[in-house]
Amino acid sequence: MDTFIQQIINGLVLGSVYALVALGYTMVYGIINLINFAHGEVLMVGALTSWTVVIGLGKLGLPGWLLLLISLIAAIIVCSALNYSIEKIAYRPLRNAPRLAPLITAMGMSLLLQTLAMIIWEPTYKSYPILLPSEPYSIGGAVINNVQIMILVVTAITLTGLMYLVNKTKLGRAMRATAENPRVAGLMGVRPDTVISATFVIGAALAALAGVMYAANYGSVQHTMGFLPGLKAFTAAVFGGIGNLAGAMVGGVLLGLIESLGAGYIGAITGDVLGSNYQDIFAFIVLILVLTLRPQGLLGERVADRA
Amino acid sequence: MKDNKTLQYLLIGIGLLILPLIAQQFGNAWVRIIDIALLYVLLALGLNIVVGYAGLLDLGYVAFYAVGAYMFGLLASPQLTDAFPSIAAAFPNGLHTPWWVVIPLGAVLAGLAGMLLGAPTLKLRGDYLAIVTLGFGEIVRVFMNNLDAPVNITNGPKGIAQIDDISMFGVHFGKTQHLFGMDFPKVTNYYYLFLILVLFAILVCYRLERSRIGRAWMAIREDEIAAKAMGINTRNLKLLAFGMGATFGGVSGAMFATFQGFISPESFSLQESVMIVAMVVLGGIGHLPGVIVGALLLSALPEVLRYVAGPLQAMTGGRLDASILRQLLIALAMIGIMLSRPRGLWPSPEHGKAAATSPLPQATHMHLAPAEQIPPPVTHIAPTE
Amino acid sequence: MSETILKVSGVSKRFGGLQALSEVGITILKGQVYGLIGPNGAGKTTFFNVLTGLYTPDSGTFELGGKPYKPTAVHEVAKAGIARTFQNIRLFAEMTALENVMVGRHVRTHSGLIGAVFRTKGFKTEEAAIAARAQELLDYVGIGRFSHYKARTLSYGDQRRLEIARALATDPKLIALDEPAAGMNASEKVVLRELIDQIRKDGRTILLIEHDVKLVMGLCDRLTVLDYGKQIAEGTAAEVQKNEKVIEAYLGADHKHH
Repeated sequence: MDTFIQQIINGLVLGSVYALVALGYTMVYGIINLINFAHGEVLMVGALTSWTVVIGLGKLGLPGWLLLLISLIAAIIVCSALNYSIEKIAYRPLRNAPRLAPLITAMGMSLLLQTLAMIIWEPTYKSYPILLPSEPYSIGGAVINNVQIMILVVTAITLTGLMYLVNKTKLGRAMRATAENPRVAGLMGVRPDTVISATFVIGAALAALAGVMYAANYGSVQHTMGFLPGLKAFTAAVFGGIGNLAGAMVGGVLLGLIESLGAGYIGAITGDVLGSNYQDIFAFIVLILVLTLRPQGLLGERVADRA
Repeated sequence: MKDNKTLQYLLIGIGLLILPLIAQQFGNAWVRIIDIALLYVLLALGLNIVVGYAGLLDLGYVAFYAVGAYMFGLLASPQLTDAFPSIAAAFPNGLHTPWWVVIPLGAVLAGLAGMLLGAPTLKLRGDYLAIVTLGFGEIVRVFMNNLDAPVNITNGPKGIAQIDDISMFGVHFGKTQHLFGMDFPKVTNYYYLFLILVLFAILVCYRLERSRIGRAWMAIREDEIAAKAMGINTRNLKLLAFGMGATFGGVSGAMFATFQGFISPESFSLQESVMIVAMVVLGGIGHLPGVIVGALLLSALPEVLRYVAGPLQAMTGGRLDASILRQLLIALAMIGIMLSRPRGLWPSPEHGKAAATSPLPQATHMHLAPAEQIPPPVTHIAPTE
Repeated sequence: MSETILKVSGVSKRFGGLQALSEVGITILKGQVYGLIGPNGAGKTTFFNVLTGLYTPDSGTFELGGKPYKPTAVHEVAKAGIARTFQNIRLFAEMTALENVMVGRHVRTHSGLIGAVFRTKGFKTEEAAIAARAQELLDYVGIGRFSHYKARTLSYGDQRRLEIARALATDPKLIALDEPAAGMNASEKVVLRELIDQIRKDGRTILLIEHDVKLVMGLCDRLTVLDYGKQIAEGTAAEVQKNEKVIEAYLGADHKHH
């Protein structure tokens, strides 16, 4: 039973990260019908930036949580600027191009970011310093530490904040309007370019946050770290219903749980034929099942009406 | 006029025949680059059927490359005889399946795999199709990487080594042959084999393009609903596209296995799939000359650049080596070419000018009626009127 | 006596809370031009989509050319003998006009992979026939000289005609035109009307959705008028024009549409 609870905790933590990244995917897709293949790399840049800051300021003797906070802010700033530029330089010019072009550009951007990160930070795996007191707490036979608690709490707060932003603020209304019908929104005085940029920036901030959390939890950073989580987060977004924010959150958490429980029990289920090294393909299996059986996702999709 | 064309083809033909002989004077490495480039051309031609003709964005194409390669590797190497005593007993001289069994078998298997992997994607729209095929590619790779336990089939990350060379009509491709007073090392022997395969592939693609099947594929690509309304069985044709494209991949994979003598899951990563897609799209999607040029450029150019990489590497203190440079270039090419020439470097020609009657705005925006606007499953539609 | 090409009865279709079609039924005889009109939202395109397999009806029986017809899979529709055009023009943009019409011949031809790759005699004969027929149809609708132009480069009116040529290429028992005159100016409409007339003279049967009342009244032998999914009138143009319910639906003193 304690394995079960442990897997649940691990799943929720992983799921929180997925949820944060999935939101970025889903918001962008909802507004411009583009899978931003480079989004996973934004997570990576956030993590690596934060690592650089933490290592750089490490000598100052600041308390761990402060270092974490400063590095997080730095990561958010860098990632926001990055994503904003990516949208402006690489995606905006292709809004009316044949539909394969932005997809290829996005893939190229993903590769570019990975390569640049490899050049800037060198290909080695770097360990992320432990910044919060690491004594674990016990819950029903399972353990949870401060980092994990922080992840759950921060994610919950962020998600609430995002829902407030989207539902109660002017920007949020503009985003929802543009997501539903960009042309009409434009006629109502909303500037689609501004809204789209804002969407990318918000998505980047969430990904940066996810990157820092991921790094703090798993303890290592490297230029390829964003790829798989990125793909899985996209799966989560589709799982929950693309374009649907609540869907991305639900999808993310559920996917984290599925992956965690799956990895934990797959040996038992398959009589040890398949082991937890197959963990990565759970997300893909979920994706294939969802798209085959319920393509609109759990909570239904919300995509722009490009009539 | 006709003589001119024939002369052109003759010259090209001769050029292609003697190319390796010239190149090997500068070192076998150069011929090797050409050989690998030819394999990529074959891959790109295959993917072009799926992406270029039928408009299905397959990001997991490398899976078929892997199927062909592992098929050859398993049937013509010590892997199975080492891992399974029963097989070793049945084949006391080792498993050396001849090329005329393995290549067709690899093609057929890859073709079946293509249809199998394509089947769940038939109802998906563009972007989702891409992600699902990507997922399949990854699943294949993970299985290749992990099927070394509980039974060792693929030898996992260590890969399969000692794969046989091809031996055809008494000519052993792996050994240097001596003809007409010249040396034909392994790389040159394989060149001719690959060249024949590529030329055959080009012929097949050319003919498919100009046929009822080819038109049906393109109709699906342009507007799937309209294609269906014209009586085209889109499901079967999409499966056919996947199957045919996969066959090319499988043959190319088998050739890769025998040429390299060694294969491992590393060669079949997502990056490979992406690169092959890039070759097709950057070259000029659906347009044979463009696809070939795209494949040649993206595969051969970075290799050639190794020679430039030397000084760069020194300059940046080892951070920029040849493989990083290659990656960087491919990434920049993908972004740059899409931004400047979204239809590719050498797209199909724009024949036909605007007609005499003044075109209303609708005419030029017509191609934006995307196939993605297929009404979702019936129960969800709100009436359009 | 004219044979019945299409006989439809009792077609109903509901979308969630909206009854898009209620018990609609029409009968079209060979060589007729049959019109389907009604205010916006009346269900005309829904009926079309049901007929051509894009939507599944909740109820209804269909007979095409005397035989029972079940519009299940969209691609079976052309085979059975109904060809359609689309309200928003769905041509194959990057293919030439000729190729577009050649695709129309797909459903009546059958050479496949083997023929294509090995260029068998059967394949070559069929290809030549397809190309010839396609050019013939392009000439028939009046855009023969644009055969090698990409479909998206044609003018709006020519694109509409191309779509009709493509539909004709399937050798249909019934050709269904979804608002073919939409977006056309007066002179283009005249040309269109002549074309439809010619198609009728050549023995084809046509089902037509149209908003342009003048065009419809002039062309159609019989009409059905839909309003809110119900069939409020059926008959010749003259009969329908005088029908009170029809006048109310269109000019609607008490009606509030949308």
